[in-house]
Amino acid sequence: MSNETLPTRTARPGAGAALMRLTRRPETGAVIGLIAVYTFFALLGGPVFTGPAGFASWLNIAAEIGIVALPVGLLMISGELDISVGATIPAASLTTAILAGHYDLPDYVGVLGGLGVGLMIGFVNGMLLIRTGLPSLIITIGTMFGVMGLTLGLTVMIAGSTGVFLMSDVATRFVLGQFIGGMFQVTIFWWLAFVAAFGFLLHVSPVGNWIFALGGDRVSARNAGIPTDKLTVALYMMSGFCAAFVGVSQVVVYNSAQVLAGQSFIFNSIMCVVIGGVLLTGGFGSIVGIVIGTMTFSIVNQGVFFTGIDPNVGSVIIGALLLVAVMTNDGFRALALNLTSKKK
Amino acid sequence: MSDTTPVLELRKVDKSFGPIDVLHEISLKVRAGEVLCLLGDNGAGKSTLIKTLAGVHKPTRGEILMDGEAVTFDRPKDAADRGIATVHQFGGTFPLMSIGRSFFVGVEPTKGWGPFKIFDRKTANEIAVKAVRDFGITRIEDGDRLVGGLSGGERQSLAIARAVHFGARVLILDEPTAALGVKQAAHVLRIVGEARRRGLAVIFITHQVMHAMAVGDHFAVLIRGAIAADFRKGEKTREEITDLMAGGESMADLEASLDTYMENHEGHAPQPAA
Ligand SMILES: Nc1ncnc2c1ncn2[C@@H]1O[C@H](COP(=O)(O)OP(=O)(O)O)[C@@H](O)[C@H]1O
Ligand SMILES: [Mg+2]
Repeated sequence: MSNETLPTRTARPGAGAALMRLTRRPETGAVIGLIAVYTFFALLGGPVFTGPAGFASWLNIAAEIGIVALPVGLLMISGELDISVGATIPAASLTTAILAGHYDLPDYVGVLGGLGVGLMIGFVNGMLLIRTGLPSLIITIGTMFGVMGLTLGLTVMIAGSTGVFLMSDVATRFVLGQFIGGMFQVTIFWWLAFVAAFGFLLHVSPVGNWIFALGGDRVSARNAGIPTDKLTVALYMMSGFCAAFVGVSQVVVYNSAQVLAGQSFIFNSIMCVVIGGVLLTGGFGSIVGIVIGTMTFSIVNQGVFFTGIDPNVGSVIIGALLLVAVMTNDGFRALALNLTSKKK
Repeated sequence: MSDTTPVLELRKVDKSFGPIDVLHEISLKVRAGEVLCLLGDNGAGKSTLIKTLAGVHKPTRGEILMDGEAVTFDRPKDAADRGIATVHQFGGTFPLMSIGRSFFVGVEPTKGWGPFKIFDRKTANEIAVKAVRDFGITRIEDGDRLVGGLSGGERQSLAIARAVHFGARVLILDEPTAALGVKQAAHVLRIVGEARRRGLAVIFITHQVMHAMAVGDHFAVLIRGAIAADFRKGEKTREEITDLMAGGESMADLEASLDTYMENHEGHAPQPAA
């Protein structure tokens, strides 16, 4: 693609140049990781893992984490973190369950209510960040505890327990909770839709350039005329919305909402993003990388169940994978910078 | 030449941060097609002066004029809109962005309409690459290269080319050669000459006298926030300038100016440079 730009001027259009171009991509390390991890579990897990059931098992997990990892990744590229997703997920499921289940309102009211809660949490995060200038890690830990407390308190007050049931209607189930072929959650297709939307935003639309610039240097980005504050609030609202989307679809899939569901998403989403080659300090990353990171994470997470390995080893592998990913990604980034500067 | 209206002029500009006085009665002029070299030791107030010109700081007293007309900058954007471009020491602040993307940060070329506007990467890359190549940096040919992968001199050149492309009239360069080797520095000096040839007013900040003499038309030496000397090309030798910067020859002048200063400022001595 890039070769079209300057067909005659490219100095060495051979294999060396192609390789160089490849190392410049943030997801190169992640692709290698994905292949290694998949091969490992395919060998140990055998045909069950490589068959439809194996695929469904990790794709279902990947879809849920993936939908959250996308905006968390965008935020990380813009230089911020969002810990509050762990509280937004149950807050949204309980809102939906309470509205549509406990109060017996139409399902769409419950769904819209749940998504609205997500947008609101995101808005609060964004506003707090731009108003106080405190680190986003601290702010979103704060909102996480706040939302968690409110969710628990209000749920107990309204429903009298920490879990609420919801039997959603056929249409809602079809859109959000269906199992295609009896095993593939419809969430997988939603994930693909979100991937397309975020891919467009980051890599195709001009807003993507603003996000990279924001993560590179907030002050320079603002001086260049980018509406940095609005952009930050919008990114947090996307994150709130996506977390809420997962929360709402969970309540439709599992017929109930629990106050403590969602905690695992905090670190899992960050891990998917980092394994996918996004720079923790911002300014660098890609949607393809985030998707690959999510798949890698989910394969390890589910793969252990298809092997004779103690499931706890899965956590060790994920931890090791994270370290290796960060090191190789750093290596590839350094290579991308050095290779090009040595070319005289 | 000297009777044309300066593009940018400072009249008795003071800048204090609370009780700390950093700049004292700075008066300077820079004309189109002229390089003004601002020399000064570390802590002399060079960065504070250019931040004042770039709209980061507001002068405590005094006036900034553009084309003979008083202007005030409330934020850096105001100065940028007026055509004042600042290039920092490491040239460009987005090392992990591609040349094409960083060139157009905030002013992305687009195709399509409404919410489906797309960033026109091909055009962005072509324009950015052409802009630097026009400045003689022919080694840059691929707009997808990361800015951080360029050499220091190339990065400076890219930043200068960008400023010129977006219609800068005043180019402020904050120690562009400080971190560079001899060859790279020569490179940047050539680019500075090219910017002057294109009719920009250039303010070149440095503490390397050789670099200043290579491109400067007009020189100002800043000591402890005050202009200690102001002269044109050929009026002083390299040794004289070096002495000036060290405060040698001008020590007497400086003391005199300090006394006047203290009288005018209720006995406060200017804050010693850190
Ligand atoms: N925001 C500020 N508040 C207080 N003092 C400052 C501020 N900025 C600069 N100074 C002081 O002004 C003096 C000049 O600094 P600076 O302009 O950075 O010098 P230079 O760029 O010539 O090395 C230093 O003594 C510095 O401590
Ligand atoms: Mg300085």
